[in-house]
Amino acid sequence: MRGFLPAMELQRPASLSEALQMLAAHTGRPFAGGTDLMVVYNAGKLRETRFLDIARLPELQGIRETPEYLDLGALCTFTELLAHPAIHRHFPNLVKSAKATGALAIQNRGTLGGNIANASPAADTPPCLLAYGAELELVSPRGTRVVPYESFHQGYKVMDLAADELVARIRVPKYSDTSVHYFRKVGTRQAQAIAKLSLALVAQVADGCIANLRIGLGAVAPAPVRARHAEGVLQGQPLADLPMVAALEALLADMSPIDDIRSTAHYRSTVTRNLLGQALRTLSATGN
Amino acid sequence: MIGQSAIRKEGRAKVLGATQYTADVPVEGLWRGATVRSDVPRGILRGIHFGEGIPWSEFTVVTAADIPGKNRVASIVADQPFLVGIGEEVMHPEQPVVLLAHPDRYLLEAARKAVRLEIEPLPSVLDMDASLRQDELIYGKDNLLKEIRIAKGDPAPMWETAAFVVEGDYRTGAQEQLYLETQAILAFADTDENGLRITIQGSLQCPYYVHGAIAGLFDLPADHVRVTALEMGGAFGGKEDYPSLIAGHAALLAWKSGHPVRIVYDREEDMAATTKRHPSRTHIKSAFDANGHLLALDVDFQLDGGAYATMSPVVLSRGTLHAAGVYRCPHVAIHGRALATNTPPPGAFRGFGAPQSLFAIERHMDICAQRMGMDPVELRRRNFLCLGDSMATGQVIREDLDLAGLMDRALVELDYDAKRKRFQTENAASPEVCRGVGFAVFMHGCGFTGSGEAKLASVAGLEALPDGRVSVLAASTEMGQGKHTVFAQVAAEALGLPIEFVEVAPSDTSRVPNSGPTVASRSTMVVGKLIQDAAVAFRQGLLQQGLLHEPFTPEAFQAAVRAMLARSGSYKTYAQYHTPPQQKWDDTSYQGDAYPTFTWACYATHVAVDTVTWEVAVEDFVAVQEVGRVINPTLAKGQIQGGVAQGIGFGLWEEVRMQNGRMVNTQLTNYAIPTLADLPEIRVVFLENPHPAGPGGAKGLGELPMNGPAPALLNAVDFAVGPLRLDEVPMTPERLLDRAEEVARG
Amino acid sequence: MAERITLTFTLNGKPQTLAVHPMTRLLDMLREDLGLTGTKEGCGEGECGACAVLLDGRVVNSCLIPALQVEGCDLVTIEGLAMASGLHPVQAALLAHNGAQCGFCSPGMAISAADLLRRCPNPNHGQVKDALSGNLCRCTGYTKIVEAVQAAARSEA
Ligand SMILES: Cc1cc2nc3c(=O)[nH]c(=O)nc-3n(C[C@H](O)[C@H](O)[C@H](O)COP(=O)(O)OP(=O)(O)OC[C@H]3O[C@@H](n4cnc5c(N)ncnc54)[C@H](O)[C@@H]3O)c2cc1C
Ligand code: FES
Ligand code: FES
Repeated sequence: MRGFLPAMELQRPASLSEALQMLAAHTGRPFAGGTDLMVVYNAGKLRETRFLDIARLPELQGIRETPEYLDLGALCTFTELLAHPAIHRHFPNLVKSAKATGALAIQNRGTLGGNIANASPAADTPPCLLAYGAELELVSPRGTRVVPYESFHQGYKVMDLAADELVARIRVPKYSDTSVHYFRKVGTRQAQAIAKLSLALVAQVADGCIANLRIGLGAVAPAPVRARHAEGVLQGQPLADLPMVAALEALLADMSPIDDIRSTAHYRSTVTRNLLGQALRTLSATGN
Repeated sequence: MIGQSAIRKEGRAKVLGATQYTADVPVEGLWRGATVRSDVPRGILRGIHFGEGIPWSEFTVVTAADIPGKNRVASIVADQPFLVGIGEEVMHPEQPVVLLAHPDRYLLEAARKAVRLEIEPLPSVLDMDASLRQDELIYGKDNLLKEIRIAKGDPAPMWETAAFVVEGDYRTGAQEQLYLETQAILAFADTDENGLRITIQGSLQCPYYVHGAIAGLFDLPADHVRVTALEMGGAFGGKEDYPSLIAGHAALLAWKSGHPVRIVYDREEDMAATTKRHPSRTHIKSAFDANGHLLALDVDFQLDGGAYATMSPVVLSRGTLHAAGVYRCPHVAIHGRALATNTPPPGAFRGFGAPQSLFAIERHMDICAQRMGMDPVELRRRNFLCLGDSMATGQVIREDLDLAGLMDRALVELDYDAKRKRFQTENAASPEVCRGVGFAVFMHGCGFTGSGEAKLASVAGLEALPDGRVSVLAASTEMGQGKHTVFAQVAAEALGLPIEFVEVAPSDTSRVPNSGPTVASRSTMVVGKLIQDAAVAFRQGLLQQGLLHEPFTPEAFQAAVRAMLARSGSYKTYAQYHTPPQQKWDDTSYQGDAYPTFTWACYATHVAVDTVTWEVAVEDFVAVQEVGRVINPTLAKGQIQGGVAQGIGFGLWEEVRMQNGRMVNTQLTNYAIPTLADLPEIRVVFLENPHPAGPGGAKGLGELPMNGPAPALLNAVDFAVGPLRLDEVPMTPERLLDRAEEVARG
Repeated sequence: MAERITLTFTLNGKPQTLAVHPMTRLLDMLREDLGLTGTKEGCGEGECGACAVLLDGRVVNSCLIPALQVEGCDLVTIEGLAMASGLHPVQAALLAHNGAQCGFCSPGMAISAADLLRRCPNPNHGQVKDALSGNLCRCTGYTKIVEAVQAAARSEA
């Protein structure tokens, strides 16, 4: 333990409004499942010392289903996600990514909101949420605003999130039953692994052509990103004759991978393209 | 008793969580110790600065200037200081410089960060190439920590005349032992009318190594130092030499502060500072005749030994002695060198040099087969050592060795032939995931190398307990391998008692004789044999005194022991190691019997390589070995399975990343050891061929399983997606992708 | 410097009240404040599972939990796993099958395995894998641990 306990503060606001007031007064930063924060604290590298335990705020909990979308509380743990039938029915990529997050003890504790707000480029649910076109509901003492998730991450650990705001809920629109969902994470090992890279793809097929394609990428840019260049090349194209080479080429413009402790830029870029290739082969196979 | 799967003696406490490891022992008035370390590879220590905001007066601070005795850790070469002193040379990053103690762990950590070391930088040597080139002389006159040559016949003429000459270069990386319990030591210092006494308890493999280190550090007589090995949460060689250093640190703090002091490394410190498997590189040149018979081998084997000699001489020795593998070869030249670099010294890790050199030769054999258009099974079959053959050192195989039988058994278990055919067809049809089979045949020398055992002259014994039961006296330590249980089984068998009547005394230097360190796969074979001999003498003594008559019940035995105690107050028997007369070894020429015997094995595996991600999945693994007599099949299987898992990690994933001489991936999140999801069921087969060196015919088996997985896996990967230049472990997906692209580029 | 708080929770079936700093790691609270050293620290970063405990019936890594978040919870540690009648079936099976070698991972492993069998009395291999892949073991290669969990399932079923 390298953190300095005596300097730390952790308080529990009694209500959402109290929490928001405290946030606004800079009394502390949000602390949810702690699975990111405690690691940094243990390593003695946590810069902030004052935290607000938001883990029991009811407004940020629960999963609600409407005909159009699923509304997930920011405090939903991966285990709660995996226990909900609607997730399995409509969002197979979220199932895969939640299952691939850490191992059971992490899934029991880590939250979706924390996964998003921690803003790690290597987080696993964000590429899926990008591909599903999710929206975030942000609350602050000033009120509530809804932002498209694709505009939330703006750079390395830079978010469209004010100091007095909390991620309250995540809304994920349902896709038609004929959609194709692809998600794959490549980690350092088969469980309890942080992603070296990941790719989530969702597409609908209309008249033998790709429609409504979205691709989310993990760990190949300063934040989770949409692969807009590749999407642009593929959107509307016939499944029977996908412009594979052009798409893979375009994907290069969507990435800015680096060499780091987990992998190399070259591996990240090559294998991300390989995953897109695999996803597209899956896609054409469903079209045939 | 021998041959039965007795339940692990200390197992119940372990599953209950009741076992006290070093960090769990409650200690009245405990202070905690911390270490301030260098952050540069090389330089002169000019100053130590204690920063603001810390109540320094509450702390105990120890520097080299405080050391009462020798500031050198007693080892093979006493070259490593406990602490670097002002004006002295810092030889590697993470080198201990200042020690701190305080009762409050949080303040202690804050204080550790507040100490600044002023180090005047010197140019450093960070890899084997730089060391060989002697860019800087950092050690002795040539940067060599140790050099060994083994010669048999004359390979030189063969390079011209042989039908095939195949050369290859191979590399292996550093590997962290990653015992789950980090390094931990507890020290007490007491002064009475006879002077200072130091007591050490801790997670340590070799109580008598620590004992020697502390006696030297404080310049104390032997009986003023007492070292006890507590139950260990794994060690694998990683707690062989490094605990001597930590024990010295904890003892200095305890002595200066007047309080008991515990030092527990956190995972990051443990990863960054403590020993690893030596990185290696090997060049092999081999000559074969037209029928695939090996004619000559020339091996250049190099280890990165870090900044001090520590265990490098003996690791190099074992690596060199295994470099020619399990093959008959008339002309052999092996050149081994351990090179100094300004990096934290590597040390002992299961296998001890052998996994490095055996990776090279077993990978090389497959490559030779490829080049010669031969089946790797057949090539090996033509060259295996047999009864009467001599190895590179001239050691003659005196046992009825059947390596071909061992290999065939492993291949049958794996279903090698059928899989081979099936995978060939399937890989061609669906190249996204390609499967391959591979295997390696190898050995491990049991016990210390060469004259090591003779020099040690270990002693083990038996002691009568007041209730009439018997206690085993040996310094060997329990780190999960099952020594408590196996020793009890051996003694019980020789005494003719059920196992409940035998206890195993704590590994406490004030109570047990020096049976040597718990290393080198020697505990069961060498120490076990001494225990067997001592047990025979124990029983004999009772019979001769007329206190016991055969056949006897356990109760009669107990009564006899109590009668013996009543008569003479105490009753102990001891046995000491003597080299068998036929075993000859010459340290200077490296000729003779390097080991009393070897264990032999063939490991076979089938893997799936995903060519989308270049991840390798191990889908089946079969470990077939001949280990003499198996004393406890369940424990023995556990040893093999655990070793194989570490070997798989070594072969595929575990990579120590260095920057400027420092390990940078010092967390479990970025140093990936296998989880349950990464491993197949590991299938184990024992073939028994009892050997007289060990109790009941047992040989040592602890390290063997580390030697085979890496080459077997890479051979299988090569089958799946090769031929590729698979010359290095760990063969991470990143490397495999690079190798595949190399071929694609042509 | 923050105040200590008074924490109330259930520990191994018994009510417990304790004054602690709210950011004390649950792991340290157990080991140092309560003297329950069966829960181990293998990494302090959530990777190894040696510190696993059951919090409100779910496996969590106690090195990642601040004391405050235990308020009002039901906590079970390895010390509370064994039953009055003796070892918990997973403990008995780990012992019988040599699933504990050095034993350092065993408390966490037993906690995770017990949780699995409660949720899923007859787990298949995939379920065992999902339940235990957050518990690192460096000694066994896991084969004997899986055997033990399956045997415990048979004995419980
Ligand atoms: C061993 C281990 C393995 C892991 N494996 C994975 C993995 O495979 N994939 C993966 O993606 N992640 C992984 N993680 C990271 C982590 O578990 C996830 O990111 C998790 O979702 C974080 O959620 P939390 O509630 O625990 O976050 P916390 O640690 O509580 O918070 C994280 C950050 O988010 C902020 N925050 C939390 N909630 C909110 C909110 N509602 N509004 C605004 N800000 C908020 C906090 O202030 C903090 O900055 C792993 C972690 C560990 C320890
Ligand atoms: S110590 Fe908590 S997971 Fe390793
Ligand atoms: S038994 Fe040693 S770590 Fe599992």
